[in-house]
Amino acid sequence: MDVKILSRPLDQAGRRSLEDYRAAGGYAAARKALTELTPAEVLAEVKAANLRGRGGAGFPAGLKWSFIPAGGSSIKYLCVNADEGEPGTFKDHFLLSRQPHLVLEGALLAAYAVGIHTAYIYIRGEYEIVARRLETAIAEAVREGLLGIDILGRGFALNVYVHRGAGAYICGEETALLESLEGKRGLPRLKPPFPASVGLFGKPTVVNNVETLANLPGIILHGADWFLSLGCLKDGGTRLFSLSGAVARPGVYELPSGTRLRDIIFTHGGGLLPGRTLKAVIPGGMSAPILTPEEIDVPMDCDSLAAAGSMLGSGGIIVIDDSVPMIVVLDRIAKFYAHESCGQCPPCRVGTSWIRRIVRRMAAGGRRPGDVDEIARLAGAMMGRTLCPLGDAAALPLLGLVRKFKKELEE
Amino acid sequence: MTSRFPESLRTRILELLNRFPDKKAALLPALHLVQNERGFIGPEEEAAVADLLAIRPIEVREAVTFYSMFRRRPAGRRLLQVCANLTCTIRGGERILDHLRRRLAIEPGGTTPDGRFTLIEVECLGACDQAPCLMIGGTLHGSLTPESVDELLRGLE
Repeated sequence: MDVKILSRPLDQAGRRSLEDYRAAGGYAAARKALTELTPAEVLAEVKAANLRGRGGAGFPAGLKWSFIPAGGSSIKYLCVNADEGEPGTFKDHFLLSRQPHLVLEGALLAAYAVGIHTAYIYIRGEYEIVARRLETAIAEAVREGLLGIDILGRGFALNVYVHRGAGAYICGEETALLESLEGKRGLPRLKPPFPASVGLFGKPTVVNNVETLANLPGIILHGADWFLSLGCLKDGGTRLFSLSGAVARPGVYELPSGTRLRDIIFTHGGGLLPGRTLKAVIPGGMSAPILTPEEIDVPMDCDSLAAAGSMLGSGGIIVIDDSVPMIVVLDRIAKFYAHESCGQCPPCRVGTSWIRRIVRRMAAGGRRPGDVDEIARLAGAMMGRTLCPLGDAAALPLLGLVRKFKKELEE
Repeated sequence: MTSRFPESLRTRILELLNRFPDKKAALLPALHLVQNERGFIGPEEEAAVADLLAIRPIEVREAVTFYSMFRRRPAGRRLLQVCANLTCTIRGGERILDHLRRRLAIEPGGTTPDGRFTLIEVECLGACDQAPCLMIGGTLHGSLTPESVDELLRGLE
């Protein structure tokens, strides 16, 4: 099945202006929502579609919105999470640079459903050029009455601001993102309270990933049943898979949720680079536990990957071939989390840097008996003992790697 | 303390305040503006930003030291940020970093004596389909080979 919803007009390079987007049917969903549907009806449709978050956690967006206390006049915020930092993930970059208006229309629909009038797009600092492009798109939309005040003449207002991060992976975590937006260090907050009740500037806040929002126009135009029919039972729609590593054709592929990992790599990605053999795959960004070649028949949806002991995460697929020693993979993972741990929770702060030190010595040729078991012990000691998911996000891939490739790592 | 920023920079920082109910929220965008203009954020810049946002200088210092994109010292005129993450490593990123190391005779973190180049290793740049990659200023350069890196450097000299 060849479906292209999020990436439809993306095939023609340069088609990202408002005019192009409208010519392709853009902002029809916003018009439909603002003229024919009540906010409650928009919310109900998105809930029925069971749209699962595309940022990593897979939490249903409609359910998240429904946690916002009802009430028309109180101040609420929308934060668009464009802090794409998960290694191996580049689909939000792809969407924002080629389809800024699809994301803006999605933001408008979310804001309308929840009754929000201010949105911040928190974009990672390195995406400076994309941020500028996004600001141009916002200005275009304001000029045409699609954002700003009195949108489409319906009296609804939404101001959207682009806010650049400054190089901290942790700010992709939603409460760290809120702290960062408030001008503080990106240290995750203790939950509860969840952002839906106490979020940005202490107000109820919705935080949604870029790709999650980009799915909304389709759901509003064609309905929840259409959306569900595109994917699998509990995980509808398409996904933007970022495919990279030792594959012939790396890139972003829009495919139905539940597409087999093997097909993504071998059919869509053209298989491995010439002369290389598959050794392992990281299926959902660096935080997702690694899979062996025997495990790649797994369907790429949230539940199937969880059942396989990994996670769909951000859909960032990193293909590892036989020329790559596993100690190198271990070294990159350990280095990344030691660098990105915010330092707030001791198990994560100490655990990631301790593991990193052991791995560095191993990589330099100084392996000692028991190293691998010690890494597993330290990673296990981080699990479930931190405020935010970074502790687990570091521990899980490390544990998976040392378990599945113990023999090679001990050689 | 009165701000030592030129009027244009001051104005642009003050304009940011309209976006938020709280002045401190303008800190990251303000620091980006300052760094673009000055090249780095030293104690003097920190104090000036604190003054404009009506916050304590230590709050500015916290942000400057927490976020890796902010620099407290001047860098070379061209900042070469080489991705050292997994996909780039699989596609030969180490070879690119080694090449730059030899070519510029500096280690990651260092600046060439003529002040032209600063070389740093960074985490994933979100362009893994173009691995191995590096960023110069805001511009990404992908599918690198030692030869294409040489060409790139020549274009900058």
